[in-house]
Amino acid sequence: MSSTTTPTNKYEVVIGLEVHCQLLTESKAFSTDPYLYGSEANTQVSPVSLGHPGTLPKPNLKALEYALKMGLACHCDIHEWTHFARKNYFYADLPKAYQVTQFTKPIATEGYITINLADGTEKNVKLDKIIMEEDSGKTQHDLDPFSSLIDLNRAGVPLIEVVSQPDLFAPEEAYQYLTELRRIVRYLGICDGNMEEGSLRCDANVSIRLKGTKVLNTRVEVKNLNSFRNVQRAIEYEMERQAIVYDNGGTVDGETRGFDPAKGETFMMRSKEMMNDYRYFPEPDIPPFVLTQDDITKVKKMLPELPRELHHRMVTEMALSTYDAGVITSEKSYADFYLTIINHTKNYKAAANWLNGPIRSYLNENALDFKDFKVTPEAIADLIKVVDENVISFSTASQKVFPELIAHPEIMDAMTIVNKLNLGQVGDDDLLITYIQEAIAKYPDKVAAYKNGQKGLIGLFMGEVMKKTGGKADPKKTNALLAAELEKA
Amino acid sequence: MAHYLDYSTHRKNLENGETTSVATVQGFLDAIVAKQNLNIFLEVFAQEALQKAAEVDAKIANKTAGKLAGMVVALKDNICYKGHKVSGSSKILEGFESVYSATATERLLAEDAIIIGRTNCDEFAMGSSNENSAYGKVLNPLNTELVPGGSSGGSAAAVAAGLCHAALGSDTGGSIRQPASFCGVAGLRPSYGRISRHGLLAFASSMDQIGPITTNIFDAALLLEVISGKDEYDSTVSTKAVPAYSQELASNEKYKIAYLGDCISNDGVDKEIQNRFSEIMEGLSADGFSFYDTTFPYLDYVVPTYYVLATAEASSNLGRYAGMTYGYRAKYTENLDDLIIKSRTEGFGAEVKRRIIMGTFVLSEGYYDAWYTKAMKVRRMIADYTHKMLQEHDFIMLPTTPTTAFKIGQNTGDPIAMYLADIFTIQSALAGVPSISLPLGQHSNGMPFGIQLIGRKFDESRMLAFSELMMQKFGK
Repeated sequence: MSSTTTPTNKYEVVIGLEVHCQLLTESKAFSTDPYLYGSEANTQVSPVSLGHPGTLPKPNLKALEYALKMGLACHCDIHEWTHFARKNYFYADLPKAYQVTQFTKPIATEGYITINLADGTEKNVKLDKIIMEEDSGKTQHDLDPFSSLIDLNRAGVPLIEVVSQPDLFAPEEAYQYLTELRRIVRYLGICDGNMEEGSLRCDANVSIRLKGTKVLNTRVEVKNLNSFRNVQRAIEYEMERQAIVYDNGGTVDGETRGFDPAKGETFMMRSKEMMNDYRYFPEPDIPPFVLTQDDITKVKKMLPELPRELHHRMVTEMALSTYDAGVITSEKSYADFYLTIINHTKNYKAAANWLNGPIRSYLNENALDFKDFKVTPEAIADLIKVVDENVISFSTASQKVFPELIAHPEIMDAMTIVNKLNLGQVGDDDLLITYIQEAIAKYPDKVAAYKNGQKGLIGLFMGEVMKKTGGKADPKKTNALLAAELEKA
Repeated sequence: MAHYLDYSTHRKNLENGETTSVATVQGFLDAIVAKQNLNIFLEVFAQEALQKAAEVDAKIANKTAGKLAGMVVALKDNICYKGHKVSGSSKILEGFESVYSATATERLLAEDAIIIGRTNCDEFAMGSSNENSAYGKVLNPLNTELVPGGSSGGSAAAVAAGLCHAALGSDTGGSIRQPASFCGVAGLRPSYGRISRHGLLAFASSMDQIGPITTNIFDAALLLEVISGKDEYDSTVSTKAVPAYSQELASNEKYKIAYLGDCISNDGVDKEIQNRFSEIMEGLSADGFSFYDTTFPYLDYVVPTYYVLATAEASSNLGRYAGMTYGYRAKYTENLDDLIIKSRTEGFGAEVKRRIIMGTFVLSEGYYDAWYTKAMKVRRMIADYTHKMLQEHDFIMLPTTPTTAFKIGQNTGDPIAMYLADIFTIQSALAGVPSISLPLGQHSNGMPFGIQLIGRKFDESRMLAFSELMMQKFGK
């Protein structure tokens, strides 16, 4: 889109995100059907998923527990009295012609998700509500030239929908919000957060207003954004599109739009007139349910340490840098790995260095996922120990032992490799002094030069000792002993 | 075939060899053929029933037979039976076979009942005359010019015509009790949540209940105790323990009974029904039962409230019949919308369409609060008031219907008149309390009519015991 002016400058964008997270339960939201992503079409179904006459829903308590966890993790008000509602509409992949969802009585409302802003400050993005509901099936338009094909495996899979308030004011904030939301669901272990497989899906409500005003103008809903990047791009596009509409004296219609990633543009899907009237009403097949304070307390106790809390603890108690803590907490798998390492060593900094140094480089260089990393955290802790005990240096550990551990992840203790490669540092004082004295004896003139102030010559003696020990002399110790012996010579 | 009194007598006859299940089933099959003109059965499972009868006879000989061994039962065509067709008497489910059995069906079979066939009904249980079936109307076995009532018209007629021992029906606003009244049999609507709805084609989920239609109270009690109770497939069913209703039919209690004097003497209620009602009241009073003339201030609101809520739920429940995954699909369609619209237009009958449209309207944006929300509030008031009446009294006694069975075609042009036929049966449906229609009236026009008891929630035990007493005292 091009225009003669740069219209976006005088406007501010207002964004609300609706994020659907597929819950990692073993069975569906209202039936005992299993769900395995990627299964052959229409194999993960029963009469309930297919909406056969006479079938009834039976809520999956695990899914409710997960929704409750998310509510608690996002500081929401949890409602003790909540019920489901039916959202009625006709579509080929919605076998009952209604979706069981929550409407007036969601499980959680209000609350917030904290994000980091570019200027280093934090912001609490306000939530509207978190609801539990069921997914629809899938319509495949591109598999058959003549027909649309329906796969009902996904029909009835439990979802939570996290609805933010219109409280995000830049595409970057939306990106940060999504990142943080995904990090939370992964830490909670309730959703794998995989946007490509559709287990995390995002719709964005976008409007713009003149900077400095507080009005909420008509919003456009952009649906089915399938990557973090596309969420940002779609919002950026909408900002510009709506600005041009307003600048030309037009009005923005409250419509539903799609996003074409190839063109980087949004396009009209449904106008306001075509919007469904969903005729929500209380689901009569599921009685309202009551969460007692006891239930809520029980789930609260099950909550794992959340990334922000962990980050805080890493900085304050473990003296890690904000950067290190940030990298480690970015993914739950990293953080878990880190926490297991430090179960076996108190050298927090070294553990962070290993994770953010050699391990990350190895994964990056080989384009591997962390889940493909087979070396155990216990083995890394062991490596830290042998370095700390001066058995080997860090560089030996990272350049020789670590690759060997990767090649043989079944070897759990570093010493086995150290011995196998004959890498043990020479740290024995008597032995080192013997080598040092031999070196001093070999270069009497250099000793004199050293004593006359050419302190740099110590490197020469160091090199000599290293040669004699096959590079295994403990450098720190050798350095200290050498200085002492040279003084005495 | 020996004259059937109740199942306990029949069971004795089976056990002492006076008759066999095979002979009994054959007798019913012959009767069904003889009365084909009534259009009661949509399908008869003849071979299967005979085979099951032979198995039952063997079990009886081995003394391994279940509680209902040899009881021949018909299922209303909205109750699923695995491997058998179920259509809700609708064209939209023509040929559809259920892949699972309703919990009620499972429990009947587990106790060795013999299912003889599926009975005609109003389409998706919507109607009060059985004239709304896609497979033709059912005739009243006592007078073929009259309707059998509805929506469980086929089930009530089957029992009245002697085509089975008992039948299951479903009652949303009176669909068991009203046809029972019109056909002269007993019809029980249990408390909401007493019997699992799993496998019952949904009409109005918050009111639908399966229930038995029988010739006598013992059979109703026995069927109820077999099919009631908790069920993992239905979240709305009660986990309350199920009493052995059939063993608790004796009662010495002198109950307190509420009746609605104004309403009984209303001009809309047939004079002979009024008289019979008074006669029964007097008889019971003489025996020490006390009657209290009570008012029910919401009587004018029960029918409208019911039709708002029932149609709202129906409009959603029937959305699944859209020609997509099963059932009737229209030919020659342009696109998805067209396919759904044409399939539903061609597949549903007029009354079902009327109710879907009404239900869609009352739930639609802008009308929701004025209709649905308000009706929910009125329902709450009706339920609260009914519970209060039942705290102060043991039962409420009412006629089941204001008239005897009406003529075929009489009300089809006037849906409001048709809906008003449900006026006495809706109160208990909205309140979720049990009620029963007892065949205690005989009109000079030759037709029977029912007297209805409404009991406390989950107090079917006392309601059935009182019913038994009334049948003993006032029955034929």
